[in-house]
Amino acid sequence: MDSFAQLVILTLAAGTPLVFAALGELVVEKSGVLNLGVEGMMLTGAVASFIVTARTHSPWLGVGAGAVAGAALSLVFAVIALTLLANQVATGLALSLFGVGLSAFVGRGYVSVVIDGIKPLSIPGLSDAAIVGRLLFGHNPMVYLSLALFVAVQWFMQRTRAGLVLRAVGESPESAHAIGHRVVALRYAAVLFGGACAGVGGAYLAVAYTPSWSEGMTAGRGWIALALVVFATWKPRRVLAGAYLFGGLTLAQFQAQAAGVAIPSQLLAMLPYVATIVVLAVISRDATTIRLNAPASLGKPFHPD
Amino acid sequence: MSGTPRRMTLAAMTACALAFALPAAAQPKEPLKIGFVYVSPIGDAGWTHQHDIARLAMEKNLAGKVTTRYVENVPEGADAERVIRDLAQSGCKLIFTTSFGYMNPTLKVAREFPGVDFEHATGYKTAKNVGTYNARFYEGRYLAGIVAGRMTRTNVAGYVAAFPIPEVVMGINAFTRGMRSVNPKAVVKVVWVNSWFDPGRESEAANTLVAQGADVLTHHTDSTAVVQAAEAKHVWAVAYHSDMSKYGPDAQITAVTHVWDKYYTRVAQSVLDGTWKPDHVWGGIKDGMIRMGPFGKMVPQDVRDLEKKAEAEIAAGKLNPFTGPMKDNQGKLRLSAGQTITDEALSKMDYYVEGVEGTLPSSK
Amino acid sequence: MRITLEARPEPSRAAMLLTPLLAAIATLVVGFVIFEAFGKDPVAALHAFFVQPVATRYGVGELLLKAGPLMLIATGLAIGYRANVWNIGAEGQLTLGAIAGGGLALAAGDAVPATLLLPAMIVAGALSGMAWAAIAAWLRTRFGANEILTSLMLVYVANFLLSWLVHGPWRDPEGYNFPQSKLFADAALLPSLLSGTRLNAGFLVALAAVATAWVFVRRSVWGFEMRVAGLAPAAAAYAGISSKRNVWLGMLAGGACAGIAGVNEAAGPIGQLLPSMSPGYGFAAIIVAFVGRLHPLGIAFASLLMSLLYLGGESAQVNLALPSAVTGLFQGTLLFFLLAADVLVNYRLRVQRGLPAAP
Repeated sequence: MDSFAQLVILTLAAGTPLVFAALGELVVEKSGVLNLGVEGMMLTGAVASFIVTARTHSPWLGVGAGAVAGAALSLVFAVIALTLLANQVATGLALSLFGVGLSAFVGRGYVSVVIDGIKPLSIPGLSDAAIVGRLLFGHNPMVYLSLALFVAVQWFMQRTRAGLVLRAVGESPESAHAIGHRVVALRYAAVLFGGACAGVGGAYLAVAYTPSWSEGMTAGRGWIALALVVFATWKPRRVLAGAYLFGGLTLAQFQAQAAGVAIPSQLLAMLPYVATIVVLAVISRDATTIRLNAPASLGKPFHPD
Repeated sequence: MSGTPRRMTLAAMTACALAFALPAAAQPKEPLKIGFVYVSPIGDAGWTHQHDIARLAMEKNLAGKVTTRYVENVPEGADAERVIRDLAQSGCKLIFTTSFGYMNPTLKVAREFPGVDFEHATGYKTAKNVGTYNARFYEGRYLAGIVAGRMTRTNVAGYVAAFPIPEVVMGINAFTRGMRSVNPKAVVKVVWVNSWFDPGRESEAANTLVAQGADVLTHHTDSTAVVQAAEAKHVWAVAYHSDMSKYGPDAQITAVTHVWDKYYTRVAQSVLDGTWKPDHVWGGIKDGMIRMGPFGKMVPQDVRDLEKKAEAEIAAGKLNPFTGPMKDNQGKLRLSAGQTITDEALSKMDYYVEGVEGTLPSSK
Repeated sequence: MRITLEARPEPSRAAMLLTPLLAAIATLVVGFVIFEAFGKDPVAALHAFFVQPVATRYGVGELLLKAGPLMLIATGLAIGYRANVWNIGAEGQLTLGAIAGGGLALAAGDAVPATLLLPAMIVAGALSGMAWAAIAAWLRTRFGANEILTSLMLVYVANFLLSWLVHGPWRDPEGYNFPQSKLFADAALLPSLLSGTRLNAGFLVALAAVATAWVFVRRSVWGFEMRVAGLAPAAAAYAGISSKRNVWLGMLAGGACAGIAGVNEAAGPIGQLLPSMSPGYGFAAIIVAFVGRLHPLGIAFASLLMSLLYLGGESAQVNLALPSAVTGLFQGTLLFFLLAADVLVNYRLRVQRGLPAAP
C-alpha cells in the first residue's frame, strides 16, 4: 500500500502542470477564444519564475512572476487576435514560437543557476503518518494550489454571474453584446487569466517539479494541456481527471518498463495519446455533451458593430 | 568499421600540448576558421555543453591561430546538410559535426568541399576528408558501476535512458557489469523515456525507479533532472556527460564526464600543420576523453580506492569491462571465459547483459 | 480621441498589398532594436538575415527546397480551414506519408525503376497521409470528436510509430543499430531540378498541388460549397450542403498534401528514414496558411517568407554568432506584425475626436 500512496503522489505531481495550464485555457475557450500559445506562455512563465526565484530566493515570488509573465505574453495575443481580429489559431501558434524564443533569450544567463525550489509538504505527524496522512498531506504545496484553482474555476463557472456572462459570451458574442455585455473586455480578462495560469503551470515545472531552467523544458506539455481541454469537453472536473489520467498513464508506462514488461517502449509511450483519443471518442458519442459544452463561437473573431 | 580504431596516446597529446606552449614561429597567416554544429542549445550540462567547453578550451589553447563559430539547435534531418554547407562556404576549413544524425549530411557536404576537413562525432563512415571520433564512455560507466555497486543498499540501480541505440545499451551493460563485479546481487532496472531531453519525464522516470526500490540512479539523457530527483529522494546518483554535483550535492557519488578539450586542440593543430588525416578515433580513459568524478563526499575511501585501481587497470589496458565469461540476460553465453569483446561486436551491441532486468525494446 | 475599427464593405485590395509592407517595415524597426540591444550592427544583422541566405544560386535552391513542403501542406490545410475544418495534425500526416513512401522505397530497393517507383511512393504517401487524417475525420463525423484534438494527438502517435520502425524492424542492418533506415536506392530519390542545389522534383509536385487546389477551390462545386460553409455555416446547412462531406474533404486534402510532403522530404534532401522527418513543417504550415490568407498565391509567398526566416536564422548564427533564441524572437515578431496588419484588409481605422462613444 505504501507504493500505492507513492504512485498517487507521483501521478498528482505529474498532472499538476497540466491542471494549471488546462484550467486556464478552459476559461479562455469558454469565452469563445482559442489560444494555441499555451506552450509559449508556459515557457515564459517558467523562465520568469526561475529568474525571480534565483534573484530573490523566494520561489513563491517566482510563481507570482510566472503568472505575471504568462499574462503579459497572453496580452500580445489578445491585442492581435481580439483587437486586431487576426485569426486565433495562427496567432496562437505564432505566440508559441515567440514564447519559446523569448524564454530562451531571457533565460540565457540562468541555465547554470541552481535554486532552492518549493519542496513537498512535510508536516511532522501528518505527512509521514500512515497512508491517509501521506495521501492528504504529502504533496507539493503547488499541487494544493492547483486544486484550489480547480475549485475556484468550478465555482466561478457554475455559481457566479460573471461566469454565466462569460459562458454567454462564448456561446453568442453577438447576443451578449446586444444585451450590453462588454464582449471584448471580458475576453481580454479571460485570455489574461489563461496566460497567468499557463505561466503558473510553467513556474511549477521550473521551481517545484524539476527546479531548473533550460530551453524548451516544458517539452510539449502546453500542447497536451490544449488537448486536455477538449478532451474534458470544457468541464473543469474532467480537466482534473484528464490531467491525472495522462500523468498516470505515463507513469504506468514507466512502471511497466521498470518491472521488465517487454513491450517496445515507443508503443508504450503512445498509450496516453491513444487513450486520450479513445476516451474522447467514447465521450463524444453522446453528441449532446459536446454540443452543450463547446463554446459555439470558439475561435471566431468578434467585432462589436 | 574500417580497420581497428587507432587510439591516440596520451604521450602524443602531451607532446602536442607542449608544442602549443612554445612560441609559434611568426606566421602572418589568417587564423584557421573552425565550425561546430550542435544538436541542442548549449545549456549548462549535457552532450552539447561538453563539446562547447572543449571548443572554448581549444580557442584558448590556440589563441590567435584559430577562430570558431557554431550553430546550435540544428535538427538531425534535411536542415543539417545546409548548416554544414553554410559553415564550409563561410570559410571554415575544419568542421566538427557533433551528433550521430549528421553522418550522412557530413559525407555529402564533404564530397563537395575537398579542401575542408570534417570530424564527425560517434559515426562509423569515413571519407578522404571525413574522420570520426568517439569515446569509450562504457569504460567510465563500468567504473561508475563499481562505485554504485558498493554504495547501494537495496542492490537495485535505476537507469533512465533515452533511446535504445548501441551507445546507450553498452553504457547500461558496462554499468551493470561494473556493479556486479563488486556486488553480484546487484540488478539494474531501465526506463526508456524516448527523448534526449525532457526534464519532467526524466524525473518522473527517476521517481518511478526509486519507487521500485532503486537507491542509485543514473541516466543517459541530456538534462540534470535525474540527479535532482535523486537529491530530492535522498538516493545516490551517477551523473552523465557533465559533473552535476551542484544539482545534487548530497546525491552525486560520481560522474562520467566527456572531455573533448585535448582532442579538439590536437585536431585543430594537425590541420594547422597540414598533417591532418581522416581517422577513426575511439579514445578512452587512457586518452583522457573520459574523466571520472568528482566523488561525492559520502563515498568512503575504500570505494574510492577500488575505483581508482580499476581506472588505472583500464588505462593500462589490463581490464576490459566486457571480458568473458559474459552472459546476456536471457542466459545465452556471449563471451567465453577470458575472451574480450571486439569493437565490432561492441558497436552493434543489442542485448542486455546478465543483471539488467527486462528486454531491450528493439531487439527482435 | 479614440481609434476604432470600422468594417469595410469589401476587403480592400490596396490594403491587401500594403499590409505586408507595413508589417515588414515594423519588423525592420523592431529588428533594429533587438539587434542593437544585442550589440550587433543592425544593418549587418538584417543583411545576414534576409539577403545573405539567398545571395547565391545555391541559397535560392535552399529557399525553394524549404518553401516546398510548407507551401504544399499549407495549401492542403487551407482547403479545410476555409470550411472551418481545423486540421492541426499535418505534422503527423507528413510522418505517415514518409513512412509509407519510405517503406516502399526500402522494399523496392534497386529492383524497380524510378519512373515507376517515385510515382508509386508519392501515391502511397498521399494515401497514408489521407488515411491518418481520415481517423480524425471519422472520429469527428461519427462521434463528433473535435478534430483539433484528435489530429494533434495523432501527431504524437505517428512520431512514436516512426521511432519504433527505425529503431526496430526498418533499422539498417549494416548501420550499427543506429536508429535509421538504409539509404534509399537512387531510383527512390527525386531527381535534381537545378544543378548545384538540392532543389528537386518535389518542388514541382508542390507547385502542381497548389495549382490543383486553386482549381478545386475556385472552379469545382464542392470547393464552392466548402467556401460557403466556412463563411456562412447556417446558410450552407439550409442550402443542403453536407457538413460531413466538408469535414472529409477538408481533412483528406490536408492529409494528402502533408503525406506527399513527407515523401518529398524522405526521397529528397534526406534520402532515408530517420526518427524525425520534419523540423515542424506541419505546424509552421498552419501559420503560413494564415499569413497567406488561405489563398494559394498568398500561401506561395508566405511559404517563401517563412523559409527565408529559417535560413536567415541559421545565417545569422553562422555569420554573426547570434544565438538561436534571438532568431525565434525575431521570427515571432514578424509573424505577429503580419497577422496584426491584416486587420486593415477588412477594417479601416477611424479616428473619433472628442468624448469616447458610449459603450
